[in-house]
Formats: sequence, structure tokens, C-alpha cells
Amino acid sequence: MKCDMCSSEEASVHLTEVVNDKVTKLHLCEKCAKEKSNEMQSHFGLTDLLSGLMDLGSPIEGGALEESLTVKCPACSMTFYDFRKTGRFGCGKCYDTFGKQLSELLRKIHGSDRHVGKRPFQKETRPKEKPDLQRLRDELNELVKNEEFEKAVIVRDRIKDLDRRDSEN
Amino acid sequence: MKIDDLLNSRSEWLKGEGPGSNIAISTRVRLARNIKGHLYFNRADGNERKETLDAVCSAIEKSNFFKNALFLKIKDTTELDRDFLIERHLMSKEHAHQVESKGLIIEDKEILSAMINEEDHIRFQVMQSGFNLMEAWRIIDEVDDEVGKLIPFDYSDIFGYLTSCPTNTGTGLRASVMLHLSALVMTDQIDTVFDAISKLGLTMRGFYGEGTEALGDFFQISNQVALGHSEMDILDNLERIIKKIITREKETRKNLMQKSKKEISDRIFRSYGTLKSARIITSSETIKLLSAIRLGADLGLIDKIDTDRINEVLLLSQPAHLQKSNGKSIPPYERDIKRADLIRKILGVDENNK
Repeated sequence: MKCDMCSSEEASVHLTEVVNDKVTKLHLCEKCAKEKSNEMQSHFGLTDLLSGLMDLGSPIEGGALEESLTVKCPACSMTFYDFRKTGRFGCGKCYDTFGKQLSELLRKIHGSDRHVGKRPFQKETRPKEKPDLQRLRDELNELVKNEEFEKAVIVRDRIKDLDRRDSEN
Repeated sequence: MKIDDLLNSRSEWLKGEGPGSNIAISTRVRLARNIKGHLYFNRADGNERKETLDAVCSAIEKSNFFKNALFLKIKDTTELDRDFLIERHLMSKEHAHQVESKGLIIEDKEILSAMINEEDHIRFQVMQSGFNLMEAWRIIDEVDDEVGKLIPFDYSDIFGYLTSCPTNTGTGLRASVMLHLSALVMTDQIDTVFDAISKLGLTMRGFYGEGTEALGDFFQISNQVALGHSEMDILDNLERIIKKIITREKETRKNLMQKSKKEISDRIFRSYGTLKSARIITSSETIKLLSAIRLGADLGLIDKIDTDRINEVLLLSQPAHLQKSNGKSIPPYERDIKRADLIRKILGVDENNK
């Protein structure tokens, strides 16, 4: 297959672009791909970094791509694809909408996907989601059994924290 | 209070006091918060952006912490005003773009401020002179509690405070300390510090934050992780590491004085000489030279100059400040002349040989 841009070299890089919700595939030779990525880089920054965390390098294909385009936030109509382009959510509801991919992303950025810090005075903001203490205890036992003590300490602290919260409530 | 009044009042955080102020210039803590039920700035339309601005401002107006505050609509400011506010670290560069429905609230003495409708609906900021993370946190924590009672923040029991960018999710906390690390730069240790820091969940940036150059050996060190640790843990971690860096810088300064006093003195006094004699000087050259003088003052080589005077020149010699104090915009070349004049004036140079 020849490169779509210069039509002379053999294409070795395959890009999937989405324009107006339509998927276009781009096949480029190494040289043209480099040029295109240089051109893109000037617009990037944090987004680029986030995309790196999300393996944007490897194109999302088939079902996953479909899903990232069709699952829309009910409040701000952002798709996960939009999010990956800008690196910014559109509203608080996005956090519910993209829950699954979000946890993975947050773990890559922060090493965790659970908040343990301060809570607001007005706690009625969101429906309470009961943290799964039992699941954490099982996880802890498993980690101790495998002698993964560093991870175990983190899970232990998490359990302590939840216990404390429960007794406060 | 008006924007121009800021020019005559010195920012509290520049007073050159506070713990470790010979190496730590200032401490800054910010919290990102969003209002429940409103779309973020990047997704909201004009009407919703305005509604958010109005809702946040009327809540903050009721807060005791903002009693003497200056409420600014960014669209009512001039470009020069905005550059001036950026130089004072009261707002981000990003906040100066797309000015419609953006706000900035500055409390007396500039310790406390809030950007409205930046990337998040509210970005609270508290600045302190020197190395003072815990005091900065104490203040911002109280402000956050009070404003949170006046307007509901978007919060999830799982993810914590929800923010537009997932790097802020959780605590929404970014704490940073501006350090002056001349000795570590001179002895090529700064890259080692940089590497170590990034492995510990911290980042190091230049004088004006993200993507800026480390002019004059000034570096901002801040936390990168906002989720999965409590605010106290985040601050504690940052504090411990910064203490180590400060100790290392101090030891290196001492070493340099023992081993290469002549070379160090030479460098410092040449810089001093240039600053006292220059008739045309750019902003970046000024920062570099002031950095050397700051070092000289700390090493006891220059005894006639206080840290707060150096900090004052550092701020007043920047482009927008220079133009503000002249009451008009001035082309770059003329600015370089005015800057040299101002520096000689503040440093108290005898003006007989004009």
C-alpha cells in the first residue's frame, strides 16, 4: 500500500481520524507520518501526555472505537473520543458516563482511583455509593498471601480509612 | 479597590519574609472546584458561562474571607491589565484568553484570590511569602469550607472533587513552592534534583509555571498527584522533599564559598555592577542578574541590599509592571531604558554621572 500523502513510499503507519463523527483511515509512510505528528505536536501538551497514558498511539478499533463515539454524556453530550482529543471533561456527569475507562486513566495518572481526602460540608451532592469493604479485605488477604507487601499497605490504609469514615457517619 | 491600587500595595508574598525565605521565595496553594449542575467552561454556552459567573460571584460576595475583595470581570480589563495580573501570579495565562464571562477576585494583600470560569468554575489560590505550605493550606481550607456552604461543589464519594482535567480530580489541590537554586545549577546538580523529583510524584517548572523557562535559577516545585492521598499527605510529602532540596542548596552554597569564593564573588559583583550601571536592560537579563545578587546577599557578600528590595525589583521591572507604573503602554526598546532607570533608582545608585 502506498502512502496517502506522498503516494510514492510504502505506507507503514496507519492512522484513524474522526471528523464529524465519521471514521477516516490514513495510511502514511514513515516520513510523512513524522511530518504530520510534528504538525500536531505544536497543539498538544498536556493532552498529548494524557493520550500517552491512554495508549492513544495504538488506534482504537472496531467495537471500542464505536463505543468511544456513541457513548455520550447525557448532560454535556461529550463522547469519550472528544475527551481523548482535549483531555478535559465537559461536566461532572462525565465521571459517571466514562466510569470504566476513567478508573484506568486515574490510576495511571495518580496511582489510585479513589479519593481519600477532604469532603465538603454539604454531602448531599451525589448519591452515596457504598464502598466495598469486603472486596478490599479479600484483596488484602490475597496480596499478603503473595507477599506483595507494598501494595498490601496501600489497601490496608484504604480499609482503615473506610472504617473510620463509617464510624464517623 | 481598583487594579491600579495593586501597583502601590506590595504583594504580601513578596515581602521576603517567612521560613527559609533566602531560598524559598513564595508558597502557593490552589484548589480546583466546580459547581454542581453547571457544565465546565469548555462545554458551556455563553449563557451558561454567565450564569456560572454570577452564581459564583454572588456566593463569594457573602463570604467573610472576601470582605475587602476586588471583583474583576476579565472582559472589562485591558490587555496590559491582564499581563500585569499574570506577572503578579494572580491569574494564569490561559485565563487571559476568551475573556467573556471570566472573573477574578482578589482579596486585600493578594494573599487570597479566585479565578472564576477558568478551566474549572473556581480556582482558589493562597500565596505566602517564603516556605509556608501549612499556613497556606490552613487558609485555603477554611475558605473552601465557607464558600462550599454558600454554593454546592460537585463532589463524588469515589472520585472526590470533580474537575475538568483528570490530573486535578480528587483533592483538586496543587501546592507549589518557588525556589532559588543557584548553587545547584552552578554545580550541575539540578538535573539530578529534577530526575529525583519526577520519580516522587512532583514536578518542577520555570518562573511562570507550565512550559516556562527556568529564568535566573528560579524553579517552582509542585505536587502532581491529587487523588488517592489526603491533602495532608500531599503537603507533607512536598514539604519533606523541598526541605531536602533546600538543605542541599544550603550545603552547596557553603561548599562553594569555601572552595571558590573568588569565582563566586566575581560573578556576583559583576552582576551587581551591571545592574547598577546599565542604561538599557531587558527583562530576562534583569532576572538573571537579580538572581546573582540574591545569592550574594544570602552569602553575606553584598550587605547593603535586602531580599525584599530584590523581590521588589524582580516584580516592578517586568514588562507590564513597568508600563503600569508609567501609566501607559511603552514599546519594548523604551521599556528597556525605563527598566534600567528604575533599577538604578531602587538600588539607590548615585545619579551624578548621568
